[in-house]
Amino acid sequence: MLEISGLSKTYPTGTVALKNVSFAVGQPEVVAVIGPSGAGKSTLIRCINRLVEPTSGKIMLDDIDILALSRRDLRRMRRRIGMIFQEYHLVERLTVMENLLSGRLGYVGFWRTYSRKFPPEDIKAAFALLDRVGLSGYQNTRADALSGGERQRVGISRALMQRPDLLLVDEPTASLDPKTSRQIMRILVELAHECDTPTLVNLHDVGLAQSFSDRIIGLRGGELVFDGPPEQVTAQVLTEIYGEEDWSATVRRSEDESNKADSPHSESEESMLRESLA
Amino acid sequence: MTTAPALTDRGNAPQWQRIRTVENPWVRKGLAAAALFYLLWSTATLEINWARVADGVPRAVDMILRMLPPNFSRWSLLFRGTLESVQMALAASFLGMILAVPVGICGAGNLVPKPLYLVARGFIILSRTFHEIIVAIFFVKIFGFGPLAGVLTLLVSSTSFISKMLAEDIENMPPGQLEAIRATGASFPQLLIYCISPQALPRYLGVSIYRLDANIRHSTVVGIVGAGGIGQVLAASFSRYDYDFALAILLTIVSLVFVGEFFSNWVRGQLR
Repeated sequence: MLEISGLSKTYPTGTVALKNVSFAVGQPEVVAVIGPSGAGKSTLIRCINRLVEPTSGKIMLDDIDILALSRRDLRRMRRRIGMIFQEYHLVERLTVMENLLSGRLGYVGFWRTYSRKFPPEDIKAAFALLDRVGLSGYQNTRADALSGGERQRVGISRALMQRPDLLLVDEPTASLDPKTSRQIMRILVELAHECDTPTLVNLHDVGLAQSFSDRIIGLRGGELVFDGPPEQVTAQVLTEIYGEEDWSATVRRSEDESNKADSPHSESEESMLRESLA
Repeated sequence: MTTAPALTDRGNAPQWQRIRTVENPWVRKGLAAAALFYLLWSTATLEINWARVADGVPRAVDMILRMLPPNFSRWSLLFRGTLESVQMALAASFLGMILAVPVGICGAGNLVPKPLYLVARGFIILSRTFHEIIVAIFFVKIFGFGPLAGVLTLLVSSTSFISKMLAEDIENMPPGQLEAIRATGASFPQLLIYCISPQALPRYLGVSIYRLDANIRHSTVVGIVGAGGIGQVLAASFSRYDYDFALAILLTIVSLVFVGEFFSNWVRGQLR
């Protein structure tokens, strides 16, 4: 259970990134955070694991006050929060398996890190995840030899290796083509639901947010201006978040998506995904 | 105010001129004239004594004639000097490589707190300020003639060189990878081992091997001020006018540097 109240962040340069943002994520749901560039989306999720230190406010995860933690306790807290990045941020010269196992660094000691001797159950979990995201057989491939979509699968797997209580996802598809974007979002959302992990995902693509999330939060200029289910995102709401524009195409597309969602599709998408990787 | 022509308009082309670094033509020509004047003036005020140049030519011919043929008869002295130079270079490179790791990490502004960073950078800048010859003279005064002073000299320069390269390499790492590993709850030592070391290791090894090659060259130079190795033998032979032996030493140095450079290129090729 994540509870954010009165969260504000002003950067030393004077930029106000977040203004008094409050919301709670109570159940394992996928929450999309949308808003224009500079609305504070990245700052918001980076405040939650304190990669960015907030100026004021309160962040509670399961009754632990994240902003009051010491450095040591913060490390323990970060183990429980998985993070996925736009540019994947894999360690390029390490193999896929080593990148996955880096999700366990918070749980192993220095020598195990040095010698790469991770517990057998971690290795087992890594192989299972590789298989699940469609990368079986890639364990010894170096990360810099992967395509964008493959890298993001590794990024997702690394975060899930932590067996996190919360997933923070920063623009997971912004560097990918539309088809790969949808595949990545599908994997992400499916895994988040399978693992019962509450997920906060920044998206700049309203269409993706509407088709893949359970709930949408809209930020504008650092302020929370919308919080509700995807169906409630109307042209008026989008104008509120992004400003005046002709939204009819975006809103209509999302209605098509929700109609399509009734028909069975995941089976064929899954096989398409496997094929595209083979 | 002029209105931009329509994109399809092909008539009367507007004027365009390149942008000069110095826009004002008078300033531009004035600067060129000043540079020319300074060149002529500095040449004119150099007191070149042409009589001494003329005297020097036959001396040079004499010296070259006395150098030929090179004299390798004292080969054991030559061999010992060469070996000492190589040993100095190896010891200094190896120790420098090790010392450069902590210094380099502390010199990376994206990893350590500001005070530590300033201390490490201060050390790097200070030890790069003085040329090796000056450092060598200093160490010879403290520890006396011989290879110890030479090794210490090369060690100072190797450490500062490799650590500067390492620090800059770490600072140029994409911040995202560090952020991602930190976000998993990894400790600082784990960050070093799991993220920085794999990314920086190949270049660090390459720089270290390059430094070994450079140390072989520099070990011959520091010997001239008495810091051991083949350079010391060379300085002694010059002061005794043993020109034929000096040529033998010079030829040995050339081949030594040649082998060093070849080896270093080969190893760095393997690292890629």
